[in-house]
Amino acid sequence: MDLLSASAVNWSRAQFALTASYHWLFVPLTIGLALIMAIMESIYVKTGDEKWKHTSKFWQKIFGINFAIGVATGIILEFQFGTNWSNYSWFVGDIFGAPLAIEGIIAFFLEATFISIMFFGWNRVSRKTHLLSTWLVFVGSSLSAFWILVANAWMQYPVGMEFNPETVRNEMVDFWAVALSPVAYNKFLHTTFSCWAVGGSFVAGVASWYLLKKRHTDFAIQSLRIGSLVGLVAFVMLAITGDGSAYHVAQKQPMKLAAMEGLYEGKEGAGLVAVGMLNPAKTAYNDEVDPYIFKLEIPKLLSLLGYRNINAFVPGVKDIVDGGYPLADGTTALSFEERKVRGKKAIQALADYQVAREEGRDADAANHEIILRENYAHFGYGYLETGEELIPNIPLTFYSFHLMVMIGFFYILLFLVIFYYLYRKNMSRTRWLQYVALWSIPLSYIAGQLGWVVAEVGRQPWTIQDILPVNAAVSAVSGENVMTTFILFAVLFTGLLVAEVTIMVKQIKKGPEVAEYEKVEN
Amino acid sequence: MEIEIMRPVVKFNWFKMFWDGFTNMNRLSKTLWIVAIVKLIIMYFILRPFFFPNVLDTTYDNDADKAKHVRTELLEKASGAE
Repeated sequence: MDLLSASAVNWSRAQFALTASYHWLFVPLTIGLALIMAIMESIYVKTGDEKWKHTSKFWQKIFGINFAIGVATGIILEFQFGTNWSNYSWFVGDIFGAPLAIEGIIAFFLEATFISIMFFGWNRVSRKTHLLSTWLVFVGSSLSAFWILVANAWMQYPVGMEFNPETVRNEMVDFWAVALSPVAYNKFLHTTFSCWAVGGSFVAGVASWYLLKKRHTDFAIQSLRIGSLVGLVAFVMLAITGDGSAYHVAQKQPMKLAAMEGLYEGKEGAGLVAVGMLNPAKTAYNDEVDPYIFKLEIPKLLSLLGYRNINAFVPGVKDIVDGGYPLADGTTALSFEERKVRGKKAIQALADYQVAREEGRDADAANHEIILRENYAHFGYGYLETGEELIPNIPLTFYSFHLMVMIGFFYILLFLVIFYYLYRKNMSRTRWLQYVALWSIPLSYIAGQLGWVVAEVGRQPWTIQDILPVNAAVSAVSGENVMTTFILFAVLFTGLLVAEVTIMVKQIKKGPEVAEYEKVEN
Repeated sequence: MEIEIMRPVVKFNWFKMFWDGFTNMNRLSKTLWIVAIVKLIIMYFILRPFFFPNVLDTTYDNDADKAKHVRTELLEKASGAE
C-alpha cells in the first residue's frame, strides 16, 4: 500500500471514529431520557400527582436540548460512506442501505410526529394521548437505533446475502436473516441498555446536584428514584447481554475475543482476566514474551462464556493466525496462509469472470463464478499480506473492554447503595453519595464509548468480517482532503458539544419550573 | 393539591398545534431551533456539496460504470497486496 492511500485509510478511519464518537454522546441520552420521561409521565397519569407532571416536563426540556443539538449528527456518517468509503458503499449495496432507509423513515415520521405532540401537545390532547406520544418517542428512537445496529451487526457477521460478480455487489437474499441475526438483536439489546444506563446515571447525577445544593429536594428524590431504577436495571441487563455478546464474538469473531482478553496462546478451560496489565515488551504475536505483567484470572470463565463449556478450547491470536484448532462444527480452523490463498483465488475468479463476460465466453464465466462462490468466505484475506495484519490493536481493545466492565460493576454497586439510602429516607443527607453520583456521570458516557472501541477496534482490519478489509473499502481519495474535513468535523462537533453543555447546564441551574412545581408542593 | 379544571372538549387541530407551538416559543426553544437549523445548513449546504461529494454518483452516470470502477479498484488493491 502506498503512503498516500495509507494516509487516506487512516484519516478516513479517524474521521469516522471521531464522528461516531461525538454522535454517540447525544444518542444514549436521547434514548435513556425518553424512557425515563415516559416512566415519570406514566406515574403522573396513573396517580394524577401534578408533581410528577412537572418532573416529567423538566426532563423533557433536557431531552429537547439534547435532541435538538444531537439530531442529524449521524447523517455525517452517511456522507462519509459516499465520499471516503465508496468502494464499501457500492460493495454492500442494499444490505446496508435498506436498514438505513428504514431508520430514516422511522426516525422522521415516528419521532418527528410524536415529539411534536410531546412538546406542543400538553393541554391540547388528553393525558393518555400525550402519554402514548411520549412512549412512542421512546419506541421510535429505539427502533431507529435498531436499524442502525442491524447494519452494524451485518458488518460484524455478514449473513442473508449473495455476491453478484456482475454488479460487484452483495445482494440481500434474506431480509429476516439480516434483520434478526443473533448478532443484531444481541447488539441492539446491549446497546439499548447502555443508553438506559447513560440516562439513568445522568438523571441520578443531576438529581444529586440538586440535593447537594438543597434545591427542589422533592423533585430531586423523585428523579433519583426513577433514574436509579432505570440505571440499575440497565447495568444488570448490560451484564446479561454482555454475556450474549461475548458468546457471539467467540463464535463469529474469535480474534476480537482474543484481543479483548490479551489471549495469545489458546487453551482449554481458559480463564477470564478480571484485572491485568499487558506487557509492552511483547511486540510480536509469536514471540516467547509473556503477554502479561500481571493478571488476576477467574478460572474457566472465558471458556464458559464463549462456548458454554468450562473446558472448551478458546483460540488465542497465534492459533487464529496459524490455524489447526478444532472448530465447533467439527472441522479444523484454516490458517491465515490457507485463507489468503483462497481469498486470492476468489479475487482472481472475479477478474476472470469479468474477462470471460466481456469476451462472450459465458460457460467460462459461469465456472469462474462457481470458484468465486466457493471461496467467497475468504475474499478479504486476499488483500492481506501477513498474519500480523489480522491482529487488531490488542492493548486498546483489552483495556477498553476491562475498563468498561469495571465501570458497569461500579454502577451496579452505586445504584444499590443509592437505593439503600433512599429506602432509609436519608439520601438527602448523604452528601458523599451525592458527590459520587454527580461526578460519576461522565463514567457512563466513557463506558459507552469504550464499548464501541471494543466492537470496532476489535474487528479491525475488517469493514465486513472476512470479506472486505479497510484498505480495500476506502475510496481513491487524498489523505489531505480527509484530514481537512476531519478538522472541520472536530471544530463543528466540539462547537455543538460546547453549545449542548452550556445550554443544558444553564437549564439545570434554573431547575424545574419553580412556580409550577412549588405551587404543587404547597 | 390543585384541582384540575376540566377543559371543554375541542377538536384536535394539527395545524393549530404547530402554529401555536412555533409562535409561542420561549427563548430556549428559539435558541435550539437556531442551533439545529444552522447545523443542518452547514451540513447540507456546505459540507455535503463542497467536502462530501458521492464519489461514484458524481463521476459515473450509470450503475454499470460504477460497478466497473469498483471492480477495478478491488482488483488493483488486491494486486497491490501481492
